[in-house]
Amino acid sequence: MAPALVWLTALMVVPCALVLALAFFRRGIYGGIEYTFTLENFGLVFDPLYAGIFLKSARIAGTATLIAVLIGYAAAYAISAAPRRLQPVFLFFAVLPFWSNYLIRTYAWIVLLNREGLITQLLRWFGYTGEPPSMLYTEGAVIAGLVYSYLPFVILACYAPLSRLNPELAEASRDLGASAMTTFRRVILPLTVPGIAAGAVFVFVLSIGNFVTPALLGGGRFQMIGNLVYDQFLTANDWPFGAALAMALIAIMLLVLMAQALAADRASGRAAEAKGNADG
Amino acid sequence: MSEPRTLLAIDHVSKNFGRVTAVDGISLDIRENEFFALLGPSGCGKTTLLRMLAGFETPSDGRILLDGRDIARTPPNKRPVNLMFQSYALFPHMSVRANVSYGLEMERLPAAEIRSRVDAILATTELVPFADRKPEQLSGGQKQRVALARALVKRPRLLLLDEPLGALDKKLRGAMQLELKRLQHEVGITFVIVTHDQEESLVMADRMAVLRDGKLLQCDTPHTVYEHPADRFVADFIGVMNFVPGKVATDGVMASNGARIAGKVPAALPPGASAVASVRPERIRLFPEIQTANRTTGTVEALAYHGLDLQLHVRTPLSPKPFLVRVTADAADRRPVSSGDQVELGWDAADVRIFAE
Repeated sequence: MAPALVWLTALMVVPCALVLALAFFRRGIYGGIEYTFTLENFGLVFDPLYAGIFLKSARIAGTATLIAVLIGYAAAYAISAAPRRLQPVFLFFAVLPFWSNYLIRTYAWIVLLNREGLITQLLRWFGYTGEPPSMLYTEGAVIAGLVYSYLPFVILACYAPLSRLNPELAEASRDLGASAMTTFRRVILPLTVPGIAAGAVFVFVLSIGNFVTPALLGGGRFQMIGNLVYDQFLTANDWPFGAALAMALIAIMLLVLMAQALAADRASGRAAEAKGNADG
Repeated sequence: MSEPRTLLAIDHVSKNFGRVTAVDGISLDIRENEFFALLGPSGCGKTTLLRMLAGFETPSDGRILLDGRDIARTPPNKRPVNLMFQSYALFPHMSVRANVSYGLEMERLPAAEIRSRVDAILATTELVPFADRKPEQLSGGQKQRVALARALVKRPRLLLLDEPLGALDKKLRGAMQLELKRLQHEVGITFVIVTHDQEESLVMADRMAVLRDGKLLQCDTPHTVYEHPADRFVADFIGVMNFVPGKVATDGVMASNGARIAGKVPAALPPGASAVASVRPERIRLFPEIQTANRTTGTVEALAYHGLDLQLHVRTPLSPKPFLVRVTADAADRRPVSSGDQVELGWDAADVRIFAE
């Protein structure tokens, strides 16, 4: 316990406290920091310009989360329905991209999406002769990059409850007169929601703070909060405002995580209460 | 009494999984309102047969006629047949009431009718106090009753039960056997139970089918199956049987020591063929006071006291395995025996069954 606490303090609490402290100071005239207390930086976060970037980031992260959950759940479902001994193989391939560098995986999308990229060439091969579609440096490209990067998390998170599901539950539902669709909606889906929630929170939290994917696939002028924070620290040299933005971002992530933890706690709390009743 | 109506006709049904034949040309009729048992050792095909009746497997060959209509290819949700799963398969995220209502909701019945039918079945299965509990809050016996209520509330033409008592401890199992029989009587639904427990099927079934290696060996009342087993396997599988190996002789079997066991020889067995003569432990008399067609002496090797009766293992010159003899507590009191004693055994020719080896 004690060594963990030391590490946590040294590597998490102290740096976060430093960034938080920074946010309450003024920016120096020539960059740097002027050590006088102010709340201006936090006020600026709510400026429509910056609040708009927060909203856009949340929208992109939300869209990426939705798509990743749809694809990831379907993939996890297919894997859990495969023969038992093939499942680890499929899981291995699903997670395989994860073992390569994040930057390289994101660059690969540039090769796919650019005007003379693989997709354009494929279209030409099928006889398309018009203007090459502009896919790179769009919001769609950013979303595709985020979905691709975080999909393995969703697959793993959804696979866990799906593989533990007793197949006789689906058979019982069919036996009682339910169609395959109703069985999915009323039995399989409700029992695997915890996996979906865990995967979704993961994708959302990682996406909303991401700055590499928007920088590479969204083009230089495409901004999400991550890029904004990056710019304040490294280009604009406004560390206090960058710190305030970072704190706002951390607050959003914490809210999402807390909401999920609360929901999970309530679910397990109900279970614990249930156990208590059975014993009593 | 009029001839009972056939509800379900299994007509030359086979099921292959790749090159494995799980069910091999089984034909049998299940009658309206009867309690029918499918009995056999594990791997005999009884579960595959049950899954074909429920609709989870499609026969490779043959027909399954319910009320004369072939349902072999009807999906499970379109058959008036319900299955009570061995694992119970209760929906863990639903209350007892929601579990039981589920099947009626699928029939899109009016809410009021669902409510009254669910209330009625919860009362019949004594589950009213547990209606709002989740499955994990129930004991094994309660879960089993929920699984039963969930299937019965659909009023199926046929209720299938897959090893329904397997998960319960022995004492509860005995109580539930009678409970199931009472319920079956009360709801008037045909029950088909799958079990590997021969005692269970003797106690509960009106008729039973004994399966082995995907084939039907015998289908009859428990009494007939017990008293007149179709072959050596059935004789051995149902209850306990003492076997004396030998060759077919006139009106009996010649044991290897030259003694003749008197009994009726089946017409199909030619003289000199390898055969076994068999007799149930409860048909053997200890120190018989009357004349019996068969007699032997032996040494008591072991005794087991069972309260109601005493079981003796008696080494005889007739067979390599010791004879099992059941003596009532009464008889044991009159003439006590102990391990190592020489005893005399006798039994009638009418109690001997002779089978091909």
